[in-house]
Amino acid sequence: MNISEKILAKASGKNVVHPGEIVDANVDMVMVHDLTGPLAVEAFKRIGVNHVWDNKKVVIILDHQVPAESVKAAELHKMLRKFAKEQNIRLYDVGKGGICHQVMPEKGHVLPGTLIVGADSHTCTYGALSAFATGIGSTEAAAVFATGKIWLKVPEAIRINVKGHFQKYVTPKDLILSIIGRIRAGGAIYKSVEFAGSAIHDMSMAGRMTLCNMTVEMGAKNGIVEPDEVTRKFLEGRTDKPLSSFESLKSDADASYAKVMELDVTGLEPQVACPSSVDNVKPASELSDVPVDQAFIGSCTNGRIEDLRLAAQILKGKIVKNDVRTIVIPTSQEVYMQALREGLIEIFTDAGALVCGSACGPCLGGHIGLLASGETCVSTSNRNFIGRMGSTEASVYLASPATVAASAITGRITDPREVEVTQA
Amino acid sequence: MKVSGNAIKFGDNVDTDVILPGKYLVLMDPKDLAQHAMEGLDPTFPGKAKKGVIVVGGKNFGCGSSREQAPLALKYAGVQCVLAESFARIFFRNAINIGLPVIECKGIWAAVENCDELAVDFEAGEIRNLSKGQSLHVTKLPSFILEILADGGLIENLRRRLNKK
Repeated sequence: MNISEKILAKASGKNVVHPGEIVDANVDMVMVHDLTGPLAVEAFKRIGVNHVWDNKKVVIILDHQVPAESVKAAELHKMLRKFAKEQNIRLYDVGKGGICHQVMPEKGHVLPGTLIVGADSHTCTYGALSAFATGIGSTEAAAVFATGKIWLKVPEAIRINVKGHFQKYVTPKDLILSIIGRIRAGGAIYKSVEFAGSAIHDMSMAGRMTLCNMTVEMGAKNGIVEPDEVTRKFLEGRTDKPLSSFESLKSDADASYAKVMELDVTGLEPQVACPSSVDNVKPASELSDVPVDQAFIGSCTNGRIEDLRLAAQILKGKIVKNDVRTIVIPTSQEVYMQALREGLIEIFTDAGALVCGSACGPCLGGHIGLLASGETCVSTSNRNFIGRMGSTEASVYLASPATVAASAITGRITDPREVEVTQA
Repeated sequence: MKVSGNAIKFGDNVDTDVILPGKYLVLMDPKDLAQHAMEGLDPTFPGKAKKGVIVVGGKNFGCGSSREQAPLALKYAGVQCVLAESFARIFFRNAINIGLPVIECKGIWAAVENCDELAVDFEAGEIRNLSKGQSLHVTKLPSFILEILADGGLIENLRRRLNKK
């Protein structure tokens, strides 16, 4: 079996599972946020049970429209706080957490080998920590609240073996964009995407999270990386649960795959997903005539400390172009504090960027940093669909923190290696 | 279970941001959501869907965000069922869980033109194009999914099953 099959077999009390088989699995953790939680709570109340099946396995995180941007949002947040109190569920409120997909791993709610479902499509991020994690809807989250169970079809898997070393200013975001450009937006639907190879094991946890986060953009059910020393280091001090041996938690040598891809990152250039589809991917160097009105560094894809360090390296001592609104959002309070200690917040502010509190921000076009018609944003987030960031007549280009920082300086989409060369 | 209605066609990779833009996610009443269904692609859609229509999509219908408000908006706008070459998995589950039938059907996009009159029989796994006098056969949904749809959604199904115990 491959690693995903092993986790699903364990979760459903079986020795072996096969792709296509439907299993009734026990969930180890379920998460909802402020946009999916209210519908889940309403649905839960209609089921007619009084308590969630296990209050230690339910987490609520307020991150999408925080602090509340309207009375409507405030009412929904109030409802979630009340539910969390009644059920004695952990709720990460404004100032206590940040974006759900950073908070879950950071606070030790994600452990290798577990089955996690979340009412957010980017729940697949946790595969970076070797969990089988997938997105569900609100009603299904309510059913999990009540029963602790979910039916899942065991997915076929695509294995992507990656070797080589990234060039300077080329990042895991560029790798995943190039992969999505090849596999296409619907190319991995219902499937598991497993990342392996030396370049993955050399990669930071943040980089692995970027990769797994965006597997849903090619339709995948989950993305996953086998655990190693990077995993163990990340988890140290974050969980009081004993970390069982990782030895058996890897794909067998004879595991079956629907497809195996071999990639080398050594020659990879900075990549950009052009409007209005994540698979419309081109090298940044071919887009240097695209002017930019807004630059956004943040989101569950690319707002971690490693991402902020990279952006700060490019922005240090420079000023963003006067007509480019540059917004930086650290993924969590922990990341914000670390960025503060390292002087990164000062670098961004000196450069003329606005640093906002940890939340989803402009990514989903529901809160701050929206775009007007005809405007263009270059963003480290994960979606560039029509209307995603505000006006249906605005354009969003997706890129790495390095490319976004370089573009903020020049006012047009810019290969970050170009800024480095011209300023040297 | 059977439904019928005229087809409204969309292309590949119809995402949940165009089905229901993020700014409307604070709306809790499905009837309010319905007024913005498909706003990103066709703001006149709610008017057209009122009489009860069948949405026909291409590949990867419903990709993107896990927002259940997307199938809810379609259902309350008057969509009887969604037929597509393939679905994004979260949208597929969400639709069933809120009682909006969805069927994956290879070849459906080429077999249907806008406004064709369609009749879908879920138990039989048959889609009839009455305008063209043609039939397409699809893999039937598993019986537990048909039960969820017959009950009107997952919550109603769960209530019934839990009460039985």
